[in-house]
Amino acid sequence: MEYSSQRTAWLTILTYVSIGLVIASAIMILAYARPEQVQGNAQKLFYIHLGTFFGSFVLFGAAVFAGIQYLRTRHNRWDDLGLASIEVGLIFSLVTIVSGAAWARPIWNTWWTWDPRLTTVAVMWLTYAAYLMLRAGIEDPDRRRRFAAVYGILAFSSVIFTVIIIRVRPDTIHPVAAGPTLSETDVTGAFDMTPRIVQTLLFSIFTYVLVSIIITWHRIRLENRAHQVQQRKVNLLMNT
Amino acid sequence: MIVIDKLTKAFGYYPVLRGIDLTVERGQFVGLLGPNGSGKTTLLRILAGLSKPTTGRVTIGGWQVPEEIAAVQRQIGIVSHLPLLYDTLTAEENLLFFARLYNLPTSERADRAHTMLKRVGLEKRSRDLVQTYSRGMQQRLAIARALLHDPAILFVDAPYTGLDQDASALLDELLREVTGITEGARTAIMTTHDLRRAYNLTSHIVILSRGKVGYYDTTATLSVNDLPQIYATTTGAAAA
Amino acid sequence: MNANKNEFRTPYWRVVGTIAWKDLRAEIRGREMVTSMMLFAAISVMIFSFALELDDQAQQETVSGVLWVTIAYAGTLGLGRSLSAEKDKGSLDALLIAPISRSALFYGKMLGNLLFTTAVGILMMALLTILFNINLFLPLLLLVVILGCLGFSATGTLVASMSVYARAREVLLPILLLPIVLPVIISATRSSVAIITELGTEDWLPWIQLLIFIDIGYMALAFFLFDFIVEE
Repeated sequence: MEYSSQRTAWLTILTYVSIGLVIASAIMILAYARPEQVQGNAQKLFYIHLGTFFGSFVLFGAAVFAGIQYLRTRHNRWDDLGLASIEVGLIFSLVTIVSGAAWARPIWNTWWTWDPRLTTVAVMWLTYAAYLMLRAGIEDPDRRRRFAAVYGILAFSSVIFTVIIIRVRPDTIHPVAAGPTLSETDVTGAFDMTPRIVQTLLFSIFTYVLVSIIITWHRIRLENRAHQVQQRKVNLLMNT
Repeated sequence: MIVIDKLTKAFGYYPVLRGIDLTVERGQFVGLLGPNGSGKTTLLRILAGLSKPTTGRVTIGGWQVPEEIAAVQRQIGIVSHLPLLYDTLTAEENLLFFARLYNLPTSERADRAHTMLKRVGLEKRSRDLVQTYSRGMQQRLAIARALLHDPAILFVDAPYTGLDQDASALLDELLREVTGITEGARTAIMTTHDLRRAYNLTSHIVILSRGKVGYYDTTATLSVNDLPQIYATTTGAAAA
Repeated sequence: MNANKNEFRTPYWRVVGTIAWKDLRAEIRGREMVTSMMLFAAISVMIFSFALELDDQAQQETVSGVLWVTIAYAGTLGLGRSLSAEKDKGSLDALLIAPISRSALFYGKMLGNLLFTTAVGILMMALLTILFNINLFLPLLLLVVILGCLGFSATGTLVASMSVYARAREVLLPILLLPIVLPVIISATRSSVAIITELGTEDWLPWIQLLIFIDIGYMALAFFLFDFIVEE
């Protein structure tokens, strides 16, 4: 299952493009979007916070798709996609959590608070960490792939819960970036969006979603290499 | 009755069955021999619909396995080295439970269970918990359970594991009866490591070697003294 | 092919009932599972009451948290046993070759687990009523306990049927299950709090609705996914 050189070329181009986009978005965040009036420079973390969240959201969604496809077709490549996207998604959501904590320190005066949103995100992260534990615990490779697909689908319930919690729990202090909120308590840290902030935000989201996809692609290629090595080992053992 | 055509099965990269072709006619009792890892158990599990083949076709009584397994399930029974029974239920309760699962008519269930218990010589212990049974008694009860719905085909996987001399002798007797002339010809496939036992009980001998049928013949044309030699050449030749 | 599939099979609900009845029967005999779950639950309540040292007001607000945390942990204990009992003696294979639909097998196991978990929940209600001096025997709360236990057994039976194949399955089960079952626990706890502190309908009804919605969602998901877990 060698990669065609055309695909490799595409990946190389896209890798450079995404590096360029990250630099461009950094410049936009630092220079183009002016510091927000109340929060000052701390608000700039928000671009990365939301960008990486969308990245992990897309990846965890891809894991559901991969899970369904794997169970239908039993092609290993869907399992590779599931594993790769969850691994990379874990890193991206970690960035979301850490950048959120760094932002909360000056704005909420604490690194962490047991707000419904924060709690559900933490649980979401643990759910996908559990996915990796499940994989590590099952020895038979076919069974491991099947169970991983099933759990990858189940785990998405934690993502859905994270998204809807601030819409059903009225006591969150976490700002809602888009859509209506029921929030009765003071949402601390919400701010008005100027056009420049909106442009920078959309650009960052686009950038980080692309970056997450590209890294996942690289991760899949790594997995392919590992499979090739395994396959050769088996062939060698079988033919001696 | 059972037709196996170019059957393969791989666990991950490791091929366990590498192209099995075998036909078993109604009433034949096939002894499936082969070293550990030669694929005996895997083959039986595929025939029973517990495992999916990687490639190839299996038909039982004209029905495709595993696609049309529902049509076949009433025709098959399995006995394995595990008892497949519930420890904390009595022998009678175990049989009644499976009788209900097989949807035997309410009026016949109790009769059938008692007939079977008598058949395997456990009628006096029918109200004792299975956990108080010896290994040999559990194995006889397992046969009663497998034959409860009077299947035409019996799959027996290493039934002698952990049995002492006397229990094995009783099991020999029982297997000979339920597969032989006394109860009408039942088709059966049994895996075992015991060459002499296979020779004495079965009508056909199949030796699996590295996932392929290495040897096939009717027991009648063999001499019991040749069998160890044949077994050694068949399994040894492939290893060399 | 699909059309005549069912004519060979044992009727669906008979299978569900038979399997649940078998689990109940074995449990009444052995009493291993419910006894250990109930002892565990009782000990947890003691530990909570020492650890939290609450005044009356705080007790009212914490009691539902204690209730649901204990149900979740005690339930996890029971689930592990329920599934390993099927796997270790190979009886799962005997169930899988029987002419029954695999989802019926799932719902049968789920129903058994639901009965045991609910039994523990009701015991907890009695225990907390006595020890915390708060009357928990409210019809509405009983409904919430049953709904919560339903969601718990649905996800629990599904996840435990995977973890039973793993190394270190006793450790893996809570790690896999608790984050998945959290939406059930949260909505059950929130509605319990509102019912116990005698808040108005608008405070508990949305949570019960959410709970029902989650229960149905998980049970439907299990219907599709269980097949893939038990096949090989």
